[in-house]
Amino acid sequence: MTPEELEQIAVDQQEAENQLDHRINVCMAASCMSRHSEQIVKDMQAKLKDMGEKGEKTQVRCVGCMGLCSAGPLVEVDHPADEAAGKGPEKVMYRDISPEHAESIVNATVDGRTLPDLVQPTDIPYFTRQKRIVTENSGYIDPECIEDYIAAGGYSGLVSALTEMSPDDVIHEVTVSGLRGRGGGGFPTGLKWSTVARTDADQKYVVCNADEGDPGAFMDRAVLESDPHRIIEGMTIAGYAVGASKAYIYVRAEYPLAIKRLKRAISQANKFGLLGTNLCDTPFNFDIELRLGAGAFVCGEETALIASIEGKRGTPRPRPPFPASYGLFGKPTLINNVETMATIPWITRYGGEALAAIGTEKSKGTKVFALAGKINCNGLIEVPMGISLREIIYEIGDGIPDGATFKAVQTGGPSGGCVPADKLDMPVDYESLQEAGTIMGSGGMVIMDETSSMVDVARFFMEFCKDESCGKCVPCRVGTAQMLDLLEKMCAKSATQKDLDLLKELCDVTKACSLCGLGQTAPNPVLSTLHYFENEYMDSLQGEVTGVGAVPATETKAGAPDPTHEK
Amino acid sequence: MIASLKKPEAPSDDKRWKIVQATMRRNGYSRNALIETLHTVQNSFGYLDEESLRYVAASLRVPLSAVYGVATFYHLFTLKPQGEHTCVVCTGTACYIKGTPELLQHIETRYGIKDGDTTADGKVSLLTARCIGACSMAPAVVFDGEMEGNVTEEQLDTEVDGWLKS
Repeated sequence: MTPEELEQIAVDQQEAENQLDHRINVCMAASCMSRHSEQIVKDMQAKLKDMGEKGEKTQVRCVGCMGLCSAGPLVEVDHPADEAAGKGPEKVMYRDISPEHAESIVNATVDGRTLPDLVQPTDIPYFTRQKRIVTENSGYIDPECIEDYIAAGGYSGLVSALTEMSPDDVIHEVTVSGLRGRGGGGFPTGLKWSTVARTDADQKYVVCNADEGDPGAFMDRAVLESDPHRIIEGMTIAGYAVGASKAYIYVRAEYPLAIKRLKRAISQANKFGLLGTNLCDTPFNFDIELRLGAGAFVCGEETALIASIEGKRGTPRPRPPFPASYGLFGKPTLINNVETMATIPWITRYGGEALAAIGTEKSKGTKVFALAGKINCNGLIEVPMGISLREIIYEIGDGIPDGATFKAVQTGGPSGGCVPADKLDMPVDYESLQEAGTIMGSGGMVIMDETSSMVDVARFFMEFCKDESCGKCVPCRVGTAQMLDLLEKMCAKSATQKDLDLLKELCDVTKACSLCGLGQTAPNPVLSTLHYFENEYMDSLQGEVTGVGAVPATETKAGAPDPTHEK
Repeated sequence: MIASLKKPEAPSDDKRWKIVQATMRRNGYSRNALIETLHTVQNSFGYLDEESLRYVAASLRVPLSAVYGVATFYHLFTLKPQGEHTCVVCTGTACYIKGTPELLQHIETRYGIKDGDTTADGKVSLLTARCIGACSMAPAVVFDGEMEGNVTEEQLDTEVDGWLKS
């Protein structure tokens, strides 16, 4: 593939598109698909076929996640510019579409009309406040069509890196961009890359960590499903920069759609000469293979992930040696998260400075968050670093449903903590979150209202960590089990002050002595809720439990808003 | 001593073993492909029994203990046969906040099965998953591979009752 050939594909695709009058984009990410978006596409296509000539100029296209999952299935119609009426090109989004609407949408679109009843306004903060880099293509391109990605500027970053930049230049750009690991740790990506690049070895590997195990997080899933070529491009650039020729994507087996689309994307890239040998007529070879996880949260830890790719039990090992010098099959290995990899093509295309211009002093660029729980706009957002939690929750997320009061937001999954209402004006960046006793994590944000008991939330995460502890080191294996016991006692109102003191002590021990991140961070949900909501712990000692989480199900319905009726 | 290079025979002439063999062949019978192979066995047969573990161990030249270790380490692998239908309830954070505990309690009261159990007639198995990434539609339940969002108790009953009657 030469730069000219790539350009030609993009031009051809663009021209084919210009032939069309209208485009109907239907979201085909997992959440909309579970609400029958596949059927909507079929019905629309059948309808267009029935129309004969009239329908030929309209195309129904399957696209990736449009973000606002709670209003799904989402459909977006591109109307062309109408010079006679003095109108520019227009996009109209429809919400809560079901197969029954397929025909009327097609009819209206072909006639150039819109259906006001179904319209989802896109001038709300949810859409206008976002800054989309990683998700720039999702919702616009067909994830199963490589030409679409190329037409959107895809693979141009890879081709220009291979033909115009040295590996050192690429690493320099990544370093300048200030990009930090988006998997949660926040380690500077440029530094990681240069460490692997500097290590001498006959074989090096690149691994993309797509084992998104955090409960409450689905950003990586959306990126994989909506724009799989982006990951391939990012990984190939990474391989070129660090001198690796082989790569693995370790993806959760729980994401069948993402797996299917990745497989297809890899074979398309191979066919187009964007993977394989002598890429862009250079001596650079690169191959990507998929590896499926099998449901183990600990495999998000890099050394456990390596063990799992090697076909072993996913247990971590002490570091150093770090994977950068001794990783997969004993070779230097670069491990980056999906979102990190997905940012790379943008950096090579627009330069490191462009990314560095966004965000705060120490946290550059954007971050994708998954908003879930008690919030009106459930879904995926990408915002510049440094935005405040209040803006995310009350402006972009449109606040708490059913007039309930915000209580806390949980970030970072089982390794993170809960942030209370009085910290809402805190900027979202790696350092501030850490100061507040939680972590950035992979980007899951679960919003809780006053009906959630914080002790119960802590118990929930501890149960998770206990189940997911691999059992290799004692502090984590025994510590999590003991802490869970104590928390269960508190939820059952049978704990004493002594139990609370013991819990605090166990938190310290587990944090200080565990082998890997899972154990070291397992006490975080307890510590943060203890810090901000100590009164609830005290209440649970005295025989009173606040919130409904710890009360039997039948009693919860009376006072609490019914969680199933939210939109 | 030179170990025999001959691959072990499949436990039976069940055609599904061909799929398993194809996976192992595609990965060059490398021991790194253990997890991939177990995935294929489970997708083909529904669960991993002792026979299949022994066969995979011999084929990939991995100690049986290591195969058993891997099969029991990962949550997705099951050594027990599943019911005809499976109902996977997501217990991720968002689903938990939005009512999974009540759903599970409801299933236990109504059908008498807990996480990991199968109804006495072997029709329905109840499983839980640690977040299936459908947080925006919490609580989410996967009925026989089909994900449903914002699941209510009534919806769940309709689905499960339908299976039990079939």
